[in-house]
Amino acid sequence: MNTTGRRNGGSWAVVLPALLLAGLAFALWAGSLRLPWSEILAALTGRPVSDPTHAAIVLRIRLPRAALAAVVGASLGAAGSAFQGLLRNPLADPYILGVSGGAALGAVAALTLGVAAPAVVPGAAFAGAALALGFVYLVARAHRASPHTLILSGVMVGSFCSALLLFLLWTAPADAARTALFWLAGDLSGASPGLLGPAAAWAGIAFAALWLQAPALDLMTQGEEVAADLGLDVGRARLLLFAAGGALTASAVALAGLVGFVGLVVPHAVRMLWGPGHRRLLPASALLGAAFLLVSDGIARTVLAPAEVPVGVVTALFGAPFFLYLLRGREAGG
Amino acid sequence: MIRIRGLWFGYGERPVLQGLDLAVAAGSFVSVLGPNGCGKSTLLRLVRGLLAPDRGEVLLGGAPVRSLGRRAVARRLAVVPQAPPVPFPYPVWEAVAMGRFARSPGLGGLSRDDRAAVRRALALTDTLDLADRRVTELSGGEYQRVVLARALAQESPLLLLDEATSHLDIQHRLEVAELLLRLNRDEARTIVQVTHDLDLAGELSDRVLLLSGSGEPVAEGAPDEVLTPGALHRAFGVPIHVDPNPFSGAPRLTPVVRRSPRQPLDLRVHVVCGGGSGAALLRRLTLAGVRVSAGP
Repeated sequence: MNTTGRRNGGSWAVVLPALLLAGLAFALWAGSLRLPWSEILAALTGRPVSDPTHAAIVLRIRLPRAALAAVVGASLGAAGSAFQGLLRNPLADPYILGVSGGAALGAVAALTLGVAAPAVVPGAAFAGAALALGFVYLVARAHRASPHTLILSGVMVGSFCSALLLFLLWTAPADAARTALFWLAGDLSGASPGLLGPAAAWAGIAFAALWLQAPALDLMTQGEEVAADLGLDVGRARLLLFAAGGALTASAVALAGLVGFVGLVVPHAVRMLWGPGHRRLLPASALLGAAFLLVSDGIARTVLAPAEVPVGVVTALFGAPFFLYLLRGREAGG
Repeated sequence: MIRIRGLWFGYGERPVLQGLDLAVAAGSFVSVLGPNGCGKSTLLRLVRGLLAPDRGEVLLGGAPVRSLGRRAVARRLAVVPQAPPVPFPYPVWEAVAMGRFARSPGLGGLSRDDRAAVRRALALTDTLDLADRRVTELSGGEYQRVVLARALAQESPLLLLDEATSHLDIQHRLEVAELLLRLNRDEARTIVQVTHDLDLAGELSDRVLLLSGSGEPVAEGAPDEVLTPGALHRAFGVPIHVDPNPFSGAPRLTPVVRRSPRQPLDLRVHVVCGGGSGAALLRRLTLAGVRVSAGP
């Protein structure tokens, strides 16, 4: 009997880091200026390059941007896994609990009111996301915060924010509205590199908190009463999972806007390949989410170069067909 | 092991349990019987501390159950519910290993003891060859046995079953019944089950608690003292014939089927017979809704 679960149970720890490296390489290579690999490697390792601007492009522009994409992708992948498990709903994504509405409202308010300081939009988005999450939790807790009430109040808060958002966009000047639209579709070009360090540290702490709850998350998927009977303090676990998943989502949205699809589809792909146990699912979803967003951002920067497409457009455009392909393979092959 | 004193509980204004007393001694096998909605499942929720009583107290091993942490409760008792379907495809092995949470809750994975307990639970429930299947691929009966295996993997001295065998076919229901008896006799596990299978309850239990539809205790005691036509009629409101099972001597319950008077058979039968020879036939004809007359 195979007691470690599925036969390929450990292969994620090899496959996914390799995929992440490949995504990183692609992100450093992709862009309006085609640099030879020798130049990219030389710039990374500090050896002399033929043109100092090449080194600057790789180290000052593409590397920080790739790091940003990796942090955002990893946050969304892990948060998506956590919310799907917590809510016992495979269709949940990190934005389901009103985060998207709150963050969008904050960011778009800052954008359309023309506040120009670099950290203002991420700050406003983060504040909006945190407020929406806190509100959803408090409302749902009055009804024992079951998955059902959490989702319902999340959808209600999201709808309310969307209405306000549409009003803001309608009344805003045209160019501000266009910037806001770009942000809403998911945009990695806006965040200032100075935010990268704190954001990565924040995401790392939130991920660690989440991962410590992996066994609790496994129990939560079995239903709250079953989880309690197996020895879990359900209320405490739910609050911790909600806070950690919310922290990851809020920082991702603050950095990159509403990048869709990563948090929904990445956990599914990992579950199909390596099973649903959260000790594996959380780190594997983080790795795959990072790799997926690195590749998507590379594509977003090249298809209309020198112009950029919002990365959220790319994630859904390429991710949805790939997911359908996975689904089909699963039906046929089991 | 369990001690319940003066237990009152209601959902809002609707009372469910009204002044219940019950003592479950270590090593006993107790069945709680009663009609739908009489509070059997509510009673089990109170016993494991998921609900707080309005009045009275529930003691688990001498301590008020609500004062114990969830982990401490899980180490004292394991529950076999009618488990809701799970939306994620856990391998059976991992699903059963979740039963070890209360004993080894860390991230470190399973210890040697944990693995042994899981393997034993799978073997006891005849699910070893399902170990690598996904729970989402199992039939209802297979999944119910996996849920039972998970509870056994907890290795708790007290086992609570909430209609745990209702989904099973007769073969697996009997296997589970025999397993419960074995756990009770050979491993001194205390068992409290809520069930609608009155015959099997009479066969397996040392003690039976019979509740009425309004949640009042009708009778409590040994099966042949409690499962009498009078008590059963008070609890369920229907006539039930009781005689001793010819194989085991336990009470055998036969519900007396009443035909609906609204659809009488348009049939009249005159039976030529004496009182002794015709009685059984006359009764069957009457129950079937036939108008009967008899004479020599």
